Amino acid sequence: MLELKNLSFSATDGSGEKEIVRGVNLNFEKNKLIAITGPNGGGKSTLARLIAGIEKPTSGRIFFLGEDITDLSVTERARRGIAFAFQQPVRFKGINVLDLIRIASGKKISVSDACLYLSAVGLCARDYIGREVNASLSGGELKRIEIATVIARGARLSIFDEPEAGIDLWSFNNLIEVFENLRGTVKDSTIVVISHQERILKTADEIVVLSGGAVVRHGKRDDVLGELIGTSSAVNYCTGTAEERGGAEVC
Amino acid sequence: MLNLDETGRRILAEVADLHEVPEGAYNIRSNSESAGRRSTENIEIIPKTDVSGIEVRIKPGTRNESVHIPVVLTKTGLHEVVFNDFYVGEGADVLIVAGCGIDNCGNQDSEHDGIHRFFVGRGARVRYVEKHYGSGDGKGKRILNPGTEVYQEEGSAVEMEMVQIKGVDDTDRLTTAVLAPGAKLTVRERLMTHGSQTAVSTYVVKLEGEDSSADIVSRSVARDDSYQKFDAKIVGDARCHGHTECDSIIMDRGRILAVPGLEANNVDAALVHEAAIGKIAGDQIMKLMTLGLDESEAEEQIINGFLR
Repeated sequence: MLELKNLSFSATDGSGEKEIVRGVNLNFEKNKLIAITGPNGGGKSTLARLIAGIEKPTSGRIFFLGEDITDLSVTERARRGIAFAFQQPVRFKGINVLDLIRIASGKKISVSDACLYLSAVGLCARDYIGREVNASLSGGELKRIEIATVIARGARLSIFDEPEAGIDLWSFNNLIEVFENLRGTVKDSTIVVISHQERILKTADEIVVLSGGAVVRHGKRDDVLGELIGTSSAVNYCTGTAEERGGAEVC
Repeated sequence: MLNLDETGRRILAEVADLHEVPEGAYNIRSNSESAGRRSTENIEIIPKTDVSGIEVRIKPGTRNESVHIPVVLTKTGLHEVVFNDFYVGEGADVLIVAGCGIDNCGNQDSEHDGIHRFFVGRGARVRYVEKHYGSGDGKGKRILNPGTEVYQEEGSAVEMEMVQIKGVDDTDRLTTAVLAPGAKLTVRERLMTHGSQTAVSTYVVKLEGEDSSADIVSRSVARDDSYQKFDAKIVGDARCHGHTECDSIIMDRGRILAVPGLEANNVDAALVHEAAIGKIAGDQIMKLMTLGLDESEAEEQIINGFLR
């Protein structure tokens, strides 16, 4: 379904040009939950943004459902069935939760249908549906709304960039359910989750380990997971540090 | 039935959401003439004899009633100054819908300057909605220079919603208010300018009475080569609360000048101003693009939400 061919990305910072993603070759099939893990700064988020089209690769090609989408815009990729949940959700003045879910679903769905997406992420829908997606919402609430917009897209490929960062334990537990439901409702869909939470890795079909911008391991969960337990690439949500949990103060 | 042509009716729908004669009291002015007027038992509309305009007298205790006083200009080259006075009786609770629309297809400027004075009695509550709109592809400008004076007695509340989204070439608005003890003024202004339009909005609000309060919030968008100036001054003469906020988006070559002014003449006056001007955040556009909108659709959504 998704194929990355020799994908590289460089960015220039104060110390000169830095290669963040190096020659990545990956092939994801349909009906899979794929977790991408690896140490911080390993290029995980950049890889996700390259797939969504938010960043443009320095070299290499991206194929989605057999089509070369490397030169397509974010919009065109979205319309072809790629959804992306931001690590840091964006705030909007004036746009409310219902607006955002309607835009995501691509049609003027009813309020009660929109509420279903909020309930799926554990928000009491009637308290939130009319709220502005602005700074009055907490980081955790924004994060759940972000995930709800991706569910509403009903896309063939859904990418979640550290979905557990900044949310509480309850929604963390729920996330697993969200992924399961998403796979159940969208036929032949694949989910890519950037995460280093052991519990998310445990539910994945495949695990990719990205380090120094390159793929150092890609295989079936059971083959890869054993090597990761106890490293920073597979953090236990309850015993890890708050930083490893993305700031969440729980457990 | 209203004595209005097709364009007049379209304008009326834009500025006052009216398709026929409204409920309650109304005075509809079209091309400097009356197109319809009705008083009710509690709300009397009296035309002025010395100058152009009306007096609206609302009896004390009038509740849940409304007055519509829209103005429509469809002839090119019209210039008018209209003086409307509102006397809101003690304890009344009413909705006043004003608004002016100009359709100018000709080559001469058309201008409507509405000077509104509000005398709001003790404990009365007024919701005032004013919409400005312009259309027509003539070279003549569409000009609106409204003046609004508000005098609030003890414990009264005035909520003003002023909207100017499209088509008005030139606006210079001055709003002044004087508040007695416990009076409360809330203003929500929404403005979008485009082309080479200019819009100036000035407020001078005097909080004279103990525990009076004012909250003035302007959200605006300046597109193309347009220019806006937002000048909001609150004077605190007693123990009071005042807040002004100017939140603006600039696009293209638009320019905005925000001049927040606070004057505290009493140690217990608490006054705050906030002003923020900037272009649409790139991550907002990006988020909406990941939801399938193209860049211009994303911008439109962001602006529509911002000006809602």
